[in-house]
Amino acid sequence: MNVITPQTQPDVSAQSLTGYVDCDVHPYFKNPAELDAFLPTRWREHRKEYGARSRSALAYMPQYPRLSPQNGMRMDAFPPDGSLPGSDLPFMREQLIDLFGMAHGILLPLLGRGGDERNLEYGAAMCTAVNDWMLAYWCDPEPRLKASIQINVEHAESAIAEIEKRAGDRRFAQVQINQRGLEPLGRHRYRKILQAAAANGFPIAMHLGGTSGHASTAGGWPSYYHEEHHAYVQSMEGIVTSLVVEGVFEQIPNLKVALVEGGFAWIPALTWRLDKHYRRLRTEVPHLKRLPSEYIRDHIWVTTQPVEEPERAGDMLSTLEWIGWDRVMFSTDYPHWDQDDPRYAFKVQIPEQQKRMLFRENALAFYNLA
Amino acid sequence: MKLPIQGAIDCDVHIALPNTAVLLPHMDEYWREHITQRGLDQDNLDSAAYPANAPITGRPDWRGTKPGTDLKLLQSCLDTFDTRYAICNVLHGSPLMFSEDLSAAFCRAINNWVAKEWLDRDPRLRASITVPIHSPELAAAEIERCAADPRFVQVLLLAAAELPLGRRINWPIYAAAERNNLPLGVHAGSSYRHAPTNTGWPSYFLEDYVGLASGCASALNSLICEGVFVQHPNLKVVLLESGVTWLPNFIWRANKTWRAARMEVPWQTRPPGDYIRDHVRLTTQPFDAPPSADMTQRLIEEIGSDDVLLFATDYPHWHFDGEDALPDGISPQLARRIAIDNPLNTYPRLTP
Repeated sequence: MNVITPQTQPDVSAQSLTGYVDCDVHPYFKNPAELDAFLPTRWREHRKEYGARSRSALAYMPQYPRLSPQNGMRMDAFPPDGSLPGSDLPFMREQLIDLFGMAHGILLPLLGRGGDERNLEYGAAMCTAVNDWMLAYWCDPEPRLKASIQINVEHAESAIAEIEKRAGDRRFAQVQINQRGLEPLGRHRYRKILQAAAANGFPIAMHLGGTSGHASTAGGWPSYYHEEHHAYVQSMEGIVTSLVVEGVFEQIPNLKVALVEGGFAWIPALTWRLDKHYRRLRTEVPHLKRLPSEYIRDHIWVTTQPVEEPERAGDMLSTLEWIGWDRVMFSTDYPHWDQDDPRYAFKVQIPEQQKRMLFRENALAFYNLA
Repeated sequence: MKLPIQGAIDCDVHIALPNTAVLLPHMDEYWREHITQRGLDQDNLDSAAYPANAPITGRPDWRGTKPGTDLKLLQSCLDTFDTRYAICNVLHGSPLMFSEDLSAAFCRAINNWVAKEWLDRDPRLRASITVPIHSPELAAAEIERCAADPRFVQVLLLAAAELPLGRRINWPIYAAAERNNLPLGVHAGSSYRHAPTNTGWPSYFLEDYVGLASGCASALNSLICEGVFVQHPNLKVVLLESGVTWLPNFIWRANKTWRAARMEVPWQTRPPGDYIRDHVRLTTQPFDAPPSADMTQRLIEEIGSDDVLLFATDYPHWHFDGEDALPDGISPQLARRIAIDNPLNTYPRLTP
């Protein structure tokens, strides 16, 4: 194996490359009423009267309160007018786009919550509204920013219609799906949605979170956000296992999936484990024609933030090697509290060629942005 | 129909936090700093149970800027019904939080806030103790702390929590309640650790709200089957905002099942209906009344006791208009029991 030995004292002072691609940027609105312009009257009134209703306990807040104001914001990211971090394009340029010389940023809005909505007709309308809002408020004034198509996977008909409606529009880079839904994404009931994404040239991005109504650990509800934050990794493992074992990649050979904000150091171990037990239990899943590791290697990409910090900094390099240098894409998660700074995120010096792949080329290829 | 008597006891009115920041003065220094640093004082921690602008959440003349936050509106309701006492219940996200310590800290602050901002301002007001419902030990401690103030007359729980209410892990709450002459108020609702119906997550708020009665029925069955009333013979349970008319058919089925399956629960020596009539009370709004007064009378006869119902407006929720707080078909004698005698018998702390 080609193991790269790090320098004893790596120079990690400035790793950013001009022209990097940021695969996780969160836009917010200054006022939720911004969405009204994109909602039909019937749903505008519904938003006012009943609002978003997801599968969780608090009406306006994630049920695990975050550790900094406004649901976990970076404290210095509030724009000068005091509005929500991520809601002000000039300030986002100053703090992110221009500061780091971003070539492209992929927007993953966590607002409107159409994908979480229990009222599916409203959820579908809200997804469409947020898609239109992203174009009007972000992608058109700042073409470096690309949008993610919002859908509600529980309403397959509208989800597919929305994907087809946006097909060919280069302002959209991918289809965004919640990590946590009512059932694992590989289940048959979601297959047509995944087929529609692949058929129209869109990768799928699974961003952490979503209100499934299921406890966030297999043993029940944990007490702390500390635990919830860790449990996002287990959710990603569940998603990958489901997609592979249900045969999704066998059935949709051109489907590409990005796992966003769920860590990545767990991928090699899960891959080894899947392969080992697949060999013993393959008679149960004869629809799989290849090793799980092969499906993962061909179909799964990951974003970096929150970047792993091995106890021995050099172990980062072997981890990335095991995953595949061409499968990892840099992300900041601006403007959240745990945002990564491209200059300092990695605690190890990454070789020049791999650095170019990780910060730029992998994402350009994944999103067909070159 | 209108209440035909004066001096009623309104056993379920809701007061609400205008915002979370009002709790800060009622917390100790550690929690004030903790909550401020996380920005939770800027957040709205309302439970998902009542969309703020949904019609049922605030009767138009009781709505105000945010339903339940205006003392004057509540006082006008008390004046309208010539209410002697009203028992205030706070429905909020605090009792539901996952961190038991955070939940307990918020609940302590709510109880302090209720005493100072509401009970001190109108002598007609009484309140339920808000407790961290998923932490029986901390809940029991909060009950003991608040019990020193006689204006707290009940312990408030939700029907659907993480585990069925009768489960033994919850019994420290019931022991503390019984010890302090506090009935257990089981309010319709869920902490959403499970889907609000046992067939999954419905699409519409209407389905959630209708389903609350099923949640109460399940909680009641659990309390009876697990033997809570055998263990705590002096404990009273008040089902709040749970509807009423499901009760007779519940008793019929529960009694029949008990006759066949009682070997599983040998401590339960009497049919469930007997425990209900001895221990369980229901508030009258929302009263899911049948179409005619005759049928309502019939239904009340089916309950089999005049002791079971307690008058409530469920202010500021919108279940009736004007002063027609009772369904048609209730005799003046029964109205008096519902509005005065039964509450006084249920809540010992209302009698000085």
